[in-house]
Amino acid sequence: MAHILLRNRDIADIWQFETYVAHGGYEGLRKAIKEHTPAEVIQIVMDSNLRGRGGAGFPTGRKWSFIPKDAPIKYVVVNADESEPGTFKDRELLEKNPHQVIEGAMIAAYAIQATAVYVYCRGEFWDLAHALEERIEEARRANLLGEDILGSGWSCNMYVHLGAGAYICGEESALLNSLQGLLGQPRVRPPFPAQMGGGLYYQPTVVNNVETLANVPWIVLNGAAAYKEIGTPESPGPKIFCVSGHVERPGNYELPLGLTFRELIYEHAGGIPNGKRLKGILPSGASGPVLRATDEVLDAPLTYESVAALGSTLGSASFILMDEDTDMVWAAAKMIHFFKHESCGKCTPCREGTYWLERIYERLLDGRGTPRDLELLESVPRQIQGLTLCALGDFACNPVLSTLQHFREEYERYVGLTDAVPQAAIAGA
Amino acid sequence: MLAEKYADRIAKIFAKYPDKRSGVMALLYLAQEEYGWVTPEALEEVAALCDIDPTQVQSIAGFYTMYSEKPKGRYWLQVCTDLPCALRGADEFYRQLCEYLGLSEEGGTTADGLFTVEPVMCLAACDKAPMLQCNFHYHENLDMEKMKALIEQWRAEASRSDGDRG
Ligand SMILES: Cc1cc2nc3c(=O)[nH]c(=O)nc-3n(C[C@H](O)[C@H](O)[C@H](O)COP(=O)(O)O)c2cc1C
Ligand code: SF4
Ligand code: FES
Repeated sequence: MAHILLRNRDIADIWQFETYVAHGGYEGLRKAIKEHTPAEVIQIVMDSNLRGRGGAGFPTGRKWSFIPKDAPIKYVVVNADESEPGTFKDRELLEKNPHQVIEGAMIAAYAIQATAVYVYCRGEFWDLAHALEERIEEARRANLLGEDILGSGWSCNMYVHLGAGAYICGEESALLNSLQGLLGQPRVRPPFPAQMGGGLYYQPTVVNNVETLANVPWIVLNGAAAYKEIGTPESPGPKIFCVSGHVERPGNYELPLGLTFRELIYEHAGGIPNGKRLKGILPSGASGPVLRATDEVLDAPLTYESVAALGSTLGSASFILMDEDTDMVWAAAKMIHFFKHESCGKCTPCREGTYWLERIYERLLDGRGTPRDLELLESVPRQIQGLTLCALGDFACNPVLSTLQHFREEYERYVGLTDAVPQAAIAGA
Repeated sequence: MLAEKYADRIAKIFAKYPDKRSGVMALLYLAQEEYGWVTPEALEEVAALCDIDPTQVQSIAGFYTMYSEKPKGRYWLQVCTDLPCALRGADEFYRQLCEYLGLSEEGGTTADGLFTVEPVMCLAACDKAPMLQCNFHYHENLDMEKMKALIEQWRAEASRSDGDRG
């Protein structure tokens, strides 16, 4: 099947403006502006059931409909901070098919009648961001953004803003602060970004993920009904699955939502190397709970609802795979190290909690752990979950609680509760 | 002084935003490019340009990993050792790289001031592990053979440009 998002896989030089246009590029934006009112564009995206691809899965059309029509200044912010461990899809889109993201962002901007678009790229996307500025310039020269776009009387510029290395700036309210030149820490909500007082420079703002916006041109061109034929009714559309860790062919796979874990992992990504068995699956990077690779899990469909029913989240669909030799205590320690490092420090439960969790994992891996540490691993998350300003606090609890739930015997070996020798860490702890 | 030397670039940065304050991140990059790291004088300069307090600029510089508040080696190697890369041997790669450059297991800067090695979190290249960024450019699908070749290349590049200067 031809790709809808990763069209670069079918047309190698689609990053070039002329090639993109020769293959129907910017027809979605033209159609939106020439044939539809902004309200109609919002309705089409609402009818498509497109859900945000940045992690939370929020319905995109509904998000756009929250923007007050009468506000004089409105923004679209493209979230290109992509920092979740195991996630590398937005990077491929922006590097290899950038005009489609620009087009999607401009359709969003038309739908809410935005006055400017900012693309917030993580700082490490240094080369990518500078190339993207050239692509934006090409679109400007073709009057697809800038002043009086396609003679419609509507004007809207697009700018790239570079972050500088902070996972928390992917969280939308921290991202807005960072863009404003404030410390990149989350804001108290409400007001939400779409509301007056909550967005960029406190004006109503839509924040969307790169991949979310890359869906939009196709939806406007082909209609909501056609989009809903892809995937499942609740989770329609194509999705880019990032597959990493212990897997034969790591990479991005664009597939309709609703295929099974088994199909993704074994048919598309080639299965687990060296004839090993699969043990643990992280379906949404480090921030969602780990699953044990049972037959029940492997045969479940990849939709937002079904992964939630299994006790995890589909999130940004970043599959980190771990084979039978992986030390799950070591893996959890890696993730805790990540969250401890990335906690912005604004709320005490998250700042202190991740610090204590990291200390406990250090003790366990050094062979100094005691059964009391396992009790602590269960009680510290209770002092974090639901008590923090943003979701990072909850994310940090997931690797701890889910590895304890599914792989408790490995923890018990570390603290001498079973006789079996601790498994060596696969890559050295 | 940044203000005189880079007037055009600074004007372009400010033109993007309705509020000067938003220019602080781009200006910190500019200062780092000019001075090699974010020096105390650079903080003052950036603060004056954005019309904000130097302590605020300092807290922003300290908040992000890509601004360096002390001098780094000429080649700043940020090696991803986060979980997905570690599952594909990144921890061992990091250890070998440090050993090859004569650094301790934690990394650090080589005695000749040429290389700084640091572990970093996921860089959105997990399918191409082991990988690193050198002065913000990606190098992917690495092994020690490729790494040694890169190091030789950088050493040669550095001695060439030192020769030019001398
Ligand atoms: C700690 C944290 C990190 C996040 N990082 C990202 C990110 O890197 N990219 C992203 O698109 N969304 C990220 N999000 C989600 C955003 O807050 C926001 O929901 C998203 O950009 C909305 O876009 P969407 O509706 O198109 O998915 C993060 C959320 C949290 C709590
Ligand atoms: S939960 Fe953590 S990351 Fe989020 S605002 Fe609080 S301290 Fe910062
Ligand atoms: S874990 Fe290394 S690039 Fe993602």
